Amino acid sequence: MRILLILLFFAAAPVLAIDKGAVEKLASGDNDEKIVAIAALLAEGDPEAAAVLAKFAEGEVVVEGKVVEVVVNNRLRSAVTDALAALGLLSPERATRLEAAKALAGGADAVMLPLVKKALEKETDADIKPLLELTAASMEMKGGDKATRIAAIQRLGTSNSPNSRTLLSEAATDADEDIRIAAQKSLREVQGKLAWGERAGLLFAGISLGSILLLAALGLAITYGLMGVINMAHGELIMIGAYTTYVVQVLFRKTNYFDWYLLVAIPASFVVAAAVGMILERVVIRWLYGRPLETLLATWGISLMLIQSVRTIFGAANVQVENPAFMSGGFQAFAGVVLPWSRVVIIVFAALVLFSIYLLLTKTRLGLFVRGVTQNREMAACVGVPTGSVDMWAFGLGSGIAGLAGCALSQIGNVGPDLGQGYIVDSFMVVVFGGVGQLAGTVYAALTLGFANKFLEAMSGAVIAKIVVLVFIIFFIQRRPQGLFAVKGRAVEA
Amino acid sequence: MSRLYGPKGWTLIGVLSFIVFVVFPVLSLKTSPDSSFHLSQYWVTLIGKVMCYAIVAIAMDLVWGYTGILSLGHGLFFALGGYAMGMYLMRQIGREGQYQSDLPDFMVFLDWKELPLAWWNSDQFWWCALLVVLVPGLLALVFGFFAFRSRVKGVYFSIITQALTFAAMLLFFRNATGFGGNNGFTDFKRILGLPITTSETRIMLFVQTGIFLIGTLLLARWIVTSKFGRVLTAIRDAETRVAFCGYNTVHYKLAIFTLSAVICGIAGALYVPQVGIINPSEMSPANSIEIAIWVAVGGRGTLTGAILGAGLVNFGKSYFTQAFPEYWLYALGLIFILVTLFLPQGVMGLLKKKT
Repeated sequence: MRILLILLFFAAAPVLAIDKGAVEKLASGDNDEKIVAIAALLAEGDPEAAAVLAKFAEGEVVVEGKVVEVVVNNRLRSAVTDALAALGLLSPERATRLEAAKALAGGADAVMLPLVKKALEKETDADIKPLLELTAASMEMKGGDKATRIAAIQRLGTSNSPNSRTLLSEAATDADEDIRIAAQKSLREVQGKLAWGERAGLLFAGISLGSILLLAALGLAITYGLMGVINMAHGELIMIGAYTTYVVQVLFRKTNYFDWYLLVAIPASFVVAAAVGMILERVVIRWLYGRPLETLLATWGISLMLIQSVRTIFGAANVQVENPAFMSGGFQAFAGVVLPWSRVVIIVFAALVLFSIYLLLTKTRLGLFVRGVTQNREMAACVGVPTGSVDMWAFGLGSGIAGLAGCALSQIGNVGPDLGQGYIVDSFMVVVFGGVGQLAGTVYAALTLGFANKFLEAMSGAVIAKIVVLVFIIFFIQRRPQGLFAVKGRAVEA
Repeated sequence: MSRLYGPKGWTLIGVLSFIVFVVFPVLSLKTSPDSSFHLSQYWVTLIGKVMCYAIVAIAMDLVWGYTGILSLGHGLFFALGGYAMGMYLMRQIGREGQYQSDLPDFMVFLDWKELPLAWWNSDQFWWCALLVVLVPGLLALVFGFFAFRSRVKGVYFSIITQALTFAAMLLFFRNATGFGGNNGFTDFKRILGLPITTSETRIMLFVQTGIFLIGTLLLARWIVTSKFGRVLTAIRDAETRVAFCGYNTVHYKLAIFTLSAVICGIAGALYVPQVGIINPSEMSPANSIEIAIWVAVGGRGTLTGAILGAGLVNFGKSYFTQAFPEYWLYALGLIFILVTLFLPQGVMGLLKKKT
């Protein structure tokens, strides 16, 4: 398609004479000569040359009116494909030019330089021009005489792309001293600009991980933090939410409203997980109140059965959950930092869920009952609170929030039967670290752990970061068993 | 002696010892492979494995059943003991590995030129045997000291021991940690110079495991019938009251937790040469919780129950995973739920009610 566009464009332009010698080389030269010929035609950057290259890519060269069949091997094919893509720089379509410019910015061959310069003369678009200038500068920096190189290095210094940093750090070890000094100076400038972008990126990654941890832990903050039930199947409730999203997504795929499936998936994952949670509470957990260690074992048993049921129904392999169109891709917030929309949406979603829970617990009758039962079960029962059904609804609420977390997680990662296992330790750590018994601690803990994880990850890699954070929490709990924020009490056995 | 078990108990132990030390070895070594009395290597390995688990179950019962501390870190202690023994077994391979190098294969594969510091002296059996005891013991001592001193108890303790196990698993999964990463240690050839796959060596390991199992049982029985053991039970039932009576509960809990970890480590060391592999999945949190269910199935606070539970669950597992692999997790999950809901005393409680 792109080639067709180029051809159309060039067909309309005035016909110029092209290098006959180069065309003949394309037809009959050896592979090295052909590569040189492609470069020569590319440098002309005119429609006829493009037409010749396009034909060549299909294995034909027209010499003096006769069609000659040529063999295009992999090396030649990649050279000619690059050349044709680069010719997109001259397209009248802005999108095509932008795409070509981006492709070249990733790493361009020196032979493209004449073409890039030619395109640069005509280019007026504010997005494309800087890209081209950088590409030109990086090409000039690699070859050419000293003055050109230094000028190119200085121009690179004004950019803020990670590519220029790589290029400049190569040049900073150049044999020539003047170049070395110029490159080091430019490198410092680029790094200064990039550092801010990276810090912002790290900040975002921290908030993003924090929001995910928060979603995973919020449900647990209610079932464990408020009700005191150790639910080891919490991770599996997250997994059920993710699989519900998957099912909704499959159903929507056949319709025209695929982009809106989350509107159904979010309530569905809440309801399904909440229903499973309420059944569990009625059937198993209710008989174990006041025996936390037994609850731990029984709910672990439940989690095993849930994992195996999902394996039986959906298979052991991961399933694919597709993002709706508005959540795919991302936007460039800073130089070199692209924020994926899915992550941004999840941060907003986590905030909304948190706010709703806050309203639910403080402004509604159910919330009042839940808090009452938490503080003093006997007294609440005496004044007529149906503690049994409050337990069930509160557990359902916590489970439903786990389902919401699953729905969110399905948008950024794999969905498989083991999804929940990866989150159970993390969510417990968040709740315990924040302090059992209230939500504020959970929020702070989730964000703190998110940041800590990401900052350590930047320094020492993901696995070590995770281990360090876990060990830190283990020691923190031993110093301060009540967590960051303690609910004050007087009991000896808290 | 008579304080530990009555005449009936001693007779039972005697009969079991006779079976493990005499009958099984004879059936395995002295009968022809075609005879229907022959004990195949599959069974020797399986029973040996289950005996190792039974040792772990006794260790778990000491801390959970008698002292009320549900540790989810026992899988870690078991695996650490296994890794310490595995290091020695890896060195015993010598130059017979795939790459014919003095270094274990995985190090050659990672292009390492010399042994990391943690492998110092690992070709000496006595040193590795020391590590089997010291590593889990010290870890339990340090971890337990901080945890018990700050009065971390109940579910809190369970959760942080689980986090510890999880962190250790992640650590051992890394290649750079130096213990074989994902694959762990395997392809052992010799132990103490003897080829490891022959029936004779297998039976030797089997009998050793049996000796250690019975030794652990008697030691545990001695502990729980002593004054020390009675304090432990008192801590389980009313820790604050025991503390008010002037006992330093931290010391008691720390002692039993460390001892239990050491027993687990030795069980791990006996386990690895028999099954021939150790890898980080042994440290997965699931394994540690499974140990708890062995004890719960048999009956908490009864040592015989711990052995019984480990046997029932693990023979059940090896039957199920062959006959109906799909359903084992359902069965295990159901065991967890049913035992906690309906059998708080486990199988032993059921037997006692009958009599």
